[in-house]
Amino acid sequence: MNFNSAAELATPGVPQVVIPPMSWRRRFTDKAMTAVAALTVILVLLPLFAIFAYLVYKGIGSINLAFLTQTPKPVGEPGGGMANAIVGSMVILAIASVIGVPLGIGAGIFLSEYGRNRYGDIVRFVSDVLNGVPSIVIGIVAYGLVVMRQKHFSALAGGVALAIMMIPTIARTTEQMLLLVPQAIREAAYGLGVSRWRTTLSITLRTAISGVITGVMLAFARVAGETAPLLFTAFGNQFWNWKSDQPTAALSLQIFTYAISPFDEWHRQAWAGALVLIVLIVGAVSAVRIAVKHGTLSGA
Amino acid sequence: MSNQALPRPRFDAPDPERETKAALKIEARTAPLLQGKVSEIPDAVFGWAMRLCGIAVVAVLGLIVYQLLIGSSLSWHAFGFKFFGQSDWNPVEDQYGALPFIYGTLVSSLLSLLIAVPLAVGVAVFITEISPARFRGALSFTTELLAAIPSVVYGLWAIFVLVPILRLYVQPFLGKTLGWTGFFSGPPYGIGMLAAGVILAIMVIPIISSITREVLTVVPQHQREAVLALGATRWEMIRMGVLRNARAGIVGAIILGLGRALGETMAVTMVIGNRPEIAKSLFAPGYTMASVLANEFTEATGDLYLSALIEIGLALFFVTIVVNALARLMVWSVTRGQPAKSLV
Repeated sequence: MNFNSAAELATPGVPQVVIPPMSWRRRFTDKAMTAVAALTVILVLLPLFAIFAYLVYKGIGSINLAFLTQTPKPVGEPGGGMANAIVGSMVILAIASVIGVPLGIGAGIFLSEYGRNRYGDIVRFVSDVLNGVPSIVIGIVAYGLVVMRQKHFSALAGGVALAIMMIPTIARTTEQMLLLVPQAIREAAYGLGVSRWRTTLSITLRTAISGVITGVMLAFARVAGETAPLLFTAFGNQFWNWKSDQPTAALSLQIFTYAISPFDEWHRQAWAGALVLIVLIVGAVSAVRIAVKHGTLSGA
Repeated sequence: MSNQALPRPRFDAPDPERETKAALKIEARTAPLLQGKVSEIPDAVFGWAMRLCGIAVVAVLGLIVYQLLIGSSLSWHAFGFKFFGQSDWNPVEDQYGALPFIYGTLVSSLLSLLIAVPLAVGVAVFITEISPARFRGALSFTTELLAAIPSVVYGLWAIFVLVPILRLYVQPFLGKTLGWTGFFSGPPYGIGMLAAGVILAIMVIPIISSITREVLTVVPQHQREAVLALGATRWEMIRMGVLRNARAGIVGAIILGLGRALGETMAVTMVIGNRPEIAKSLFAPGYTMASVLANEFTEATGDLYLSALIEIGLALFFVTIVVNALARLMVWSVTRGQPAKSLV
């Protein structure tokens, strides 16, 4: 059927509503705003690509065996590397994980299994508040807690600072993941006569383990690149250090020191360090993701 | 085992079924599992261990407040409220005033929001309302990658890429066209308040846009359909049906971004110029509360010096807590109790 005008469509006796054609202004505004929105996406993605491109471009050329195996050389001498900083970062992160992961997961279990009440709400609010505390302030606290007592900067102090930053993230993601486990599964376990703690650990946590691990990795990735809380806790070190109560080098600290230095050689190494840092973070996160998906934990 | 809850007729004779060997065997096997008494102690221990972890979270916050209060008491007694109103920062004469740092923190954060908010909201709108569904996941993942880059790497990039661009192109242009306002005057160093604002903007965009996205997706679909049915264009639908409904949540997202910008340390320290001065021009170097802590904390020689720095930390702590609590309330008012996803 073909109608040539609105008049032909109209039923006799029914008042006719004429919809005016859309004004060019409205159509133009629509198109313009769509374009603006697309433009913002481009503007936001631009720095992202610029950063990655620069990182790879500047970093790759400076990474060599010496960079990965040697300690920093004094100013003016070419060569040297960040081996001690790479190891130092790993030590600090290991200490942070040993303290932060059990506490965080424990707090998460408390929130989901025991904290569906007023006390849980308090802990939930406090952990959200902790999440927003600037990292440099946490550095001050770790300084007062550990450095002042030990009388010197140490990997332990750095680890404590990073652990404090990990706890709220891990607690909240663990809680959310455990809450996704259907109540019926818990009840099935109780019905078989399994005790509550056994149910929580072997049934609930095990069901949600991949999500919990993702949360842990999120927290890990977040603190792995942190510099501010390490400035006056781990402090940095130009040499090898194997003691947890001595100033320890960290990759992020070394990048900072080198970036604000006036020496080209150090700038080059800062880029290389930044590339190594990102590769380590991404590597650690994807390794755990893959382990969760395909490896020993896949049945969990 | 017999079910005690059900009324059973009483038999004088022993229950014949219970006497059989097979029944006894089954009971022997199941009894330990079914009797709650066996596992009460480990249950209690585990329950309290988990509660202890919860208490630890609260204790950590208490510890932070305690450490900051103790550490800053010396400076508090020496200067009182004047500490926040004085602009004299002179470690040699032991005179400390936090005003230049407060000013620098506020100006750099607000400047960053000025740049970041339109971009972040634009990205969120594009991803949720305009982009084809198959690009949605990839786009949001890529924008959130921005949040995964460590602060020190942002700083590094800012020193060697952003600052030269600002110095060579952006600042001369701004100086020529808008120099008369006074905000864009003076020599174009590159390093300064403007550079800090720009790098901060790049860093807070993923936070604002991811929460805005979350807020936009909870706006009910029928709101969109209603506005479209009235003959609105897509943009009118976004403006009237989506953005207006999500207002409170978007403001919350912006304030959360502000919270992050206020406490951001490394990237800002690397490009802001680190001079405790209050200047009108955005080209001039400045200093923020977080930066002064990063730069001077390990070098603070006197007790009063250290205490003054810790007091700045205390002020920063309280400001960010108030800002964050406010933001969470606003986001919560839109997403109705669904907790905002963990913020990277």
